[in-house]
Amino acid sequence: MVQAIRDAHAVAMERDESVVVFGEDVGYFGGVFRCTQGLQQRFGESRCFDAPITESGIVGAAVGMAAYGLRPCVEIQFADYMYPAYDQIVSEAARLRYRSAGDFSAPLTIRMPVGGGIFGGQTHSQSPEALFTHVAGLTTVIPSNPYDAKGLLIAAIEDDDPVIFLEPKRLYNGPFDGHHDRNLTPWSRHDLSEVPEGYYTVPLGTAARRRSGSDVTVLAYGTMVHVALAAVADTGVDAEVIDLRTLVPLDLTTIIDSVSKTGRCVVVHEATLTSGFGAELAALVQQHAFYYLAAPVERVTGYDTPYPHSQEWAYFPGPERVGKALIRVLET
Amino acid sequence: MMLTREFDRQMMIDQRQSKASFYMQSTGEEAIACAFHSALREGDMNFPTYRQQGLLVAAGYPLELMMSQVYSNSRDPLRGRQMPVFYSSREYGFFSISGNLATQFVQGVGWAMACALKGTSSIAASWIGDGASNETDFFSALVMASTYRAPVILNIVNNQWAISTSESVARGLAPSFAIRGHGFGIASLRVDGNDFLAVHSVAAWAAERARANMGPTLIEWVTYRAAAHSSSDDPSGYRPADEAQAWPLGDPIERLTTHLLRTGVLDESDVAALRVDVVDEVRVAQIEAQSHGTLKQGPVPSPREIFEDVFKSMPESLASQEREAGY
Ligand SMILES: Cc1ncc(C[n+]2csc(CCOP(=O)(O)OP(=O)(O)O)c2C)c(N)n1
Ligand SMILES: [Mg+2]
Repeated sequence: MVQAIRDAHAVAMERDESVVVFGEDVGYFGGVFRCTQGLQQRFGESRCFDAPITESGIVGAAVGMAAYGLRPCVEIQFADYMYPAYDQIVSEAARLRYRSAGDFSAPLTIRMPVGGGIFGGQTHSQSPEALFTHVAGLTTVIPSNPYDAKGLLIAAIEDDDPVIFLEPKRLYNGPFDGHHDRNLTPWSRHDLSEVPEGYYTVPLGTAARRRSGSDVTVLAYGTMVHVALAAVADTGVDAEVIDLRTLVPLDLTTIIDSVSKTGRCVVVHEATLTSGFGAELAALVQQHAFYYLAAPVERVTGYDTPYPHSQEWAYFPGPERVGKALIRVLET
Repeated sequence: MMLTREFDRQMMIDQRQSKASFYMQSTGEEAIACAFHSALREGDMNFPTYRQQGLLVAAGYPLELMMSQVYSNSRDPLRGRQMPVFYSSREYGFFSISGNLATQFVQGVGWAMACALKGTSSIAASWIGDGASNETDFFSALVMASTYRAPVILNIVNNQWAISTSESVARGLAPSFAIRGHGFGIASLRVDGNDFLAVHSVAAWAAERARANMGPTLIEWVTYRAAAHSSSDDPSGYRPADEAQAWPLGDPIERLTTHLLRTGVLDESDVAALRVDVVDEVRVAQIEAQSHGTLKQGPVPSPREIFEDVFKSMPESLASQEREAGY
């Protein structure tokens, strides 16, 4: 997946000279997760460069560049470190088009690794997607595999509005399914690791069905897509697994079509429960598919606590917890 | 300094053996924290970064408790909630470490303001790295310290690197980090941080100023990060392997040793005995700490700890999540 993200940058930079890439350790070294490796060598120091450690500076400058007409794609080293930039994201990037009546806009992409599972404790594990989806004017994307990561990132960079691009860091090296005690299968043995060379996009705002099923719909994104598939395999429940891919704009049609068919719905995310994106999904499902529902919509999420360190597997909503929820909704 | 280095060396080995998830050494920078500590009194508070373990070691905090935190074992004072090296001890004047860079720098100013408001002669010492000194919280700290003349020492540890990024990126067009203080009317110094005695006297001077209500002091300590950024980092991808040897300010332990030998305070046999002592002290602490577990072997803190201390008293919404988890 790291390879696919690098590739997406290279394709976008090749096609459009106005694409610039920067962030902490992003230039010479190629990023702490190596997602920008080789870009500085290939495109030069004025297209890909190291930033000082100031997230507000990085995003603030990116807003200015984007308003001018460049297409910055910046990296925040961990999503947990985006808070100093939050004002620039929420009050500035997200609203520039609106407040200037289209006179200025901010076509920038902000990439950041999200999620736990690397013993990163409370400051290298967060999933702050709901802090972005709650903000009018932001597009929020989260891929679950290399094919989508490349296609969605190119689409994000080409988009004329600010896009938050969340990269589940546990997926960088393989389709992690929550079975942390088993060996990780590498991406090379996964269907969606087949990444075409050159240009293609995955349109923003489209979900993908990862498994068809008739008994219950699972709504997931990022790492949790693989966790949900593992839970389905472990329990043998005939579930339909939807990978949302983009949270805003949301592919409501795919969601409602599926829930109308299965009559049951489980929402899964790693982020904390209260006011999480799952609450939005549950509300939409009950609004649009109420008469099809045979059971209340269930949510399986992180607990409402900071992400712990040594107890992270007791915190992570793994296949066992998801599996129990699947069985619970079927018993209702 | 020797104890801190030996502690780091042993913890790094233990991390490589999966006894800890992560580790960060302070190799080459020990003089700053260790000598600085002697300028502090009981009641003073440090707001450190993850690379000031020397403050705790110099303060005599039990090594086995530091290790228990690093191993995330059943005796971890932070109950498994924090990554290794993110210590916390009110008693030993060491504010809880945050993973988010720079946040502590301005909090130290607030603590110092509180000391002044309460009429005590206690002070605070904020710490930050060269790289992190570009965060907004750094500048907010200068603003607050300047406006309120807070009794705080603002320490910038310039160890030349911020992960893979050279200090020149952080410094920009300025000739030093220390010079930034001048724009705020803050007394500012740039000091050889590998000279134990220099650190000691400058820290004592700044602390005295703060206690005498003469306001904040900003100090840039010039040093070199001799080891990798952390156990997750390999510096060979971004800097020459022998750069540490070429560093003109040398190794702080060797420098002080040479000084003490030349001035006759110590002789070779004293130094040799010290080397044996620190290895022993670390080994004894390590055996004790490991008897309470290590990360992979356990025992580790209970998963019930996940739910404690989010609030002083647990709200029902969280209590029900804890019941559902069933730990
Ligand atoms: C707000 C924030 N941004 C980024 C990071 C990631 N990060 C951790 S340490 C580090 C480098 C810090 O360098 P410096 O301040 O020079 O301290 P040193 O590691 O050299 O002691 C970075 C970028 C972080 N922890 N917090
Ligand atoms: Mg540094």
